[in-house]
Amino acid sequence: MALSWLLLILLALAVIGYFAGRTRALASAEGDARALHSLPSYYGYNVALTALVPALGLLILWLLAQPLIVDKTVSGMIPDTAITEGSDRGLVMSEVRRVAYGLDGAIAAGTLSDAQARNASADIEGLTQSLKDAGQVLTQDISKPILMAAQKYRSMTAAGSTAMQVVVLLAALLGAAFAYVRTHKEFRARNVVEQGVLALLLLAASIAILTTVGIVLSMLFETMNFFQLHSWKDFFFGSTWAPNFRGGSELSILPLLWGTLYISLIALLVAVPIGLFAAIYLSEYATGVTRSIAKPLLEILAGIPTIVYGLFALLTVGPALVSLFGDGGALGLGWMASSNAVLTAGLVMGIMLIPFVSSLSDDIINAVPQSMRDGSLGLGATKSETVRQVVLPAALPGIVGAILLAASRAIGETMIVVMAAGAIAKFSGNPFEAMTTITTRIVSQLTGDTDFASPETLVAFALGLTLFIITLGLNIFALYIVRKYREQYE
Amino acid sequence: MMNDMTRVERTVDSKAIKIAANNVQVHYGDTHAIKDVNVEIEDKTVTAFIGPSGCGKSTFLRCLNRMNDTIDICRVTGDILLDGEDIYDKRVDPVQLRAKVGMVFQKPNPFPKSIYDNVAYGPRIHGLAKNKAELDELVEKSLRRGAIWEEVKDRLDAPGTGLSGGQQQRLCIARAVATEPEVLLMDEPCSALDPIATAQVEELIDDLRKRYSVVIVTHSMQQAARVSQKTAFFHLGNLVEFGETGQIFTNPEDPRTESYITGRIG
Repeated sequence: MALSWLLLILLALAVIGYFAGRTRALASAEGDARALHSLPSYYGYNVALTALVPALGLLILWLLAQPLIVDKTVSGMIPDTAITEGSDRGLVMSEVRRVAYGLDGAIAAGTLSDAQARNASADIEGLTQSLKDAGQVLTQDISKPILMAAQKYRSMTAAGSTAMQVVVLLAALLGAAFAYVRTHKEFRARNVVEQGVLALLLLAASIAILTTVGIVLSMLFETMNFFQLHSWKDFFFGSTWAPNFRGGSELSILPLLWGTLYISLIALLVAVPIGLFAAIYLSEYATGVTRSIAKPLLEILAGIPTIVYGLFALLTVGPALVSLFGDGGALGLGWMASSNAVLTAGLVMGIMLIPFVSSLSDDIINAVPQSMRDGSLGLGATKSETVRQVVLPAALPGIVGAILLAASRAIGETMIVVMAAGAIAKFSGNPFEAMTTITTRIVSQLTGDTDFASPETLVAFALGLTLFIITLGLNIFALYIVRKYREQYE
Repeated sequence: MMNDMTRVERTVDSKAIKIAANNVQVHYGDTHAIKDVNVEIEDKTVTAFIGPSGCGKSTFLRCLNRMNDTIDICRVTGDILLDGEDIYDKRVDPVQLRAKVGMVFQKPNPFPKSIYDNVAYGPRIHGLAKNKAELDELVEKSLRRGAIWEEVKDRLDAPGTGLSGGQQQRLCIARAVATEPEVLLMDEPCSALDPIATAQVEELIDDLRKRYSVVIVTHSMQQAARVSQKTAFFHLGNLVEFGETGQIFTNPEDPRTESYITGRIG
């Protein structure tokens, strides 16, 4: 029985439970809904929820736990001799899983009978052939221990699934029965349902948080693998980024970090003044009509996919900059050799961040009470004096927060820098040179043919984790600043 | 209530006219908020504007320093003369006018700056002090006039927003007098304050009368009676009656005024 059937049965059970609970509640009040503690539908929801929630919870736990248990048991079965030189237990296990799925596939395709698949003393060559006939992908020829492990894997998985179905259905039935028996006109179904709603909301919130934790942990494990293969001193304090898939790479984050920060700095130098001035214009000077047109237009900028900004950088901004600063350019400076440069990426990223800064700052400036402006204007200050000396200082913590959020977006931005910044990792202060960032290197280390056991690939996770920690730190710092000054000003 | 009136001496000498308003009309979009108001506000006098909510007294007050300019849909016609000069004349810079006609608002609105910077704000903008020492002196003088110097002299660097409500309002008054205005407009300055703070501010208003022409909008008739020498009663955008405070409260001419001060309309 497939999982979808199990879910359908659970759902049907819940619907039946709903009507049964409702009917029973009404019956206990002799048909008079006013005599019930709660509205009739609450009794129905109570039965449905009690049937569904524990059963689903059990199902999820089982689905998570079963592969772990099966893997552990089966991997214990594999003798050390079956693990060839240069391989490890994990790789053999994935081969076992492949064979197990292959057997399933072959049975489904009809080239293999169930009995043959279970036969422990089967002729391996014949089996390999029938698997290949069924279109299953095998990376190497099946060996005896692998076949036995795969067979064990299959039987355990099948037994586990059957047991799971029985247990889950039983849980659902028991839950429904328990709630049904409790249904009585005195029973406070409404309060129970309220608890259920609370649990649902809590669940949603914790999924968001747990996912973050999960992401960090998965990065962390791969990063630890990386540091077993590569020296952390080189990663954090080295000076060269020179990955070499034949080994002997120098993988230092510093040149990449420099490129990232340099490009982000240029982006902020573009985005902060323009965005802030736009926000000041919109919130303090623009009339209602102008504002209602200009604000949505500005926010359209925020909706443009970053890859489009990348194209804009590649096709328009880069060549334009070269024609200004390049050889034979309008300024005759000959500073810029190619359109891939820090300046190109920074400028375009800055444009991307303008709506981000202006929209956040606009909200913050609007939140400054009108009485502040009145007070200043009433003392004979002009509009711009009022903005500069009263409104902006009052809004400053929020604006700093907005800028820091924009900075963490700039640091994490990928597409624009992939297309416009170039691929050379180096320390240089020249904005007309190509440079590269952490995100672009993550992309290039993970795309194409990769071997997940080499430091050249795993370094991507270490880079990602470092990037995550930097942006997290920036966000926390932004929140800290906003909180600190808000207390002082209110 | 009437006993309060005996507390303030009612010697109103004939004084110079500071502000004269002739046929002032104010429109908010389609609403005719102020209808044909004529009033003469004397120098070194406290003039109170009273009337029920929405009668236009605050709107009229805000015309006197052109604060209504900041509202897009507001239109003012008629003449308002300050020392004989039309303040709505094209040649008049509203920014400079507001330095001459200071304003204190209903809710204390100190800037999120230190107490010192709050008071120094106006003088700095208008370049009233030549150097730091002069500015220090000006701040102290203004805080003394705002009757708050003793309470804050040891913590001039503390944020103005950290003071209590009554202190904040006196700080705002000190801030307004720091630009050496000629007229001080007060829009319900005590409505957000407790009775003790109110008494302190009222005392201060009476003191300010020595130097400035003070116009105060208030909802409290007792307050109008206590602090003002002249009272104007507004009703539905009209100036119903204007005269000496004692007379308005004891012997009003218009039946509407009488109804209001005896609590029948409001």
